[in-house]
Amino acid sequence: MTTDTETMVTTQVYRVYIKASPQAVWDAITRPEWTQRYGYGAPVEYDLRPGGRYRAFSTEEMKAARAEMGGGPVPDVIVDGEVLEADPPHRLVQSWRMLMDPQSTAEGFTRLIYEIAETRPGVSKLTLTHELEGAPRLATFVGGDMESIGAGGGWAEVLSDLKTLLETGSSFHGE
Amino acid sequence: MTDDDRVFKALADPTRRLLLDRLFERDGRTLTDLEAGLEMTRFGVMKHLRVLEDADLVVTRRSGREKLHFLNPVPIRLIHDRWIDKYRERQVSALADLKHELEKEDSA
Repeated sequence: MTTDTETMVTTQVYRVYIKASPQAVWDAITRPEWTQRYGYGAPVEYDLRPGGRYRAFSTEEMKAARAEMGGGPVPDVIVDGEVLEADPPHRLVQSWRMLMDPQSTAEGFTRLIYEIAETRPGVSKLTLTHELEGAPRLATFVGGDMESIGAGGGWAEVLSDLKTLLETGSSFHGE
Repeated sequence: MTDDDRVFKALADPTRRLLLDRLFERDGRTLTDLEAGLEMTRFGVMKHLRVLEDADLVVTRRSGREKLHFLNPVPIRLIHDRWIDKYRERQVSALADLKHELEKEDSA
């Protein structure tokens, strides 16, 4: 029992209700024309079948922001991983490794689960579970603990922004 | 009641804030773990957790026979983002008003 609980401590769970169909939410997560418009604005590439490749790419804005802060160069691929399960538009399981920070990269792959359920017509419940076993550094980034040093507000910020984009047509951070 | 109302109502109680603080320190806890050291019945703690769940500030997951409670920061983030947005808009519109006023004076 103790072991179970200790394992779960490293998991982060996020939930948001969005006035949009599950298909719209699914597209916003998996299609680059959508992912560029909210959160960190990184275009993604998904091969949506088990074993398929996942990559997220850096943008000019990211590179400029990092340079302004005196940080090192930003790689072209900022997150990589593999699709483990894809059941559109309801469930996506993938591995996820951040490549923007050497310490996080060294922690290796973590597991990300997106669950999308329609709670009533036109309303989707999106639950994001990030299993961060053995990745304490990455956990601080995606948990938003590094926001004050310019690393963004993590998943909470991304999901808040995603909701705003789908419900209003424009997002807080993107344009 | 709107989503925001539920969040503010949930946050308006010291016991519920304490429960959130406990989850912030360590996430994914059981009811038994959360009620330890609280001078309150198990039923009382469950009631508070229910209010937090209704506001989506707490999300539960099953792990084997255990029900684990997780802190969900998204509702607070939504309020934060929306308000910052609102204040920013107001600043912009105040500047627009000022411009309008000054230009009116110019032409007068």
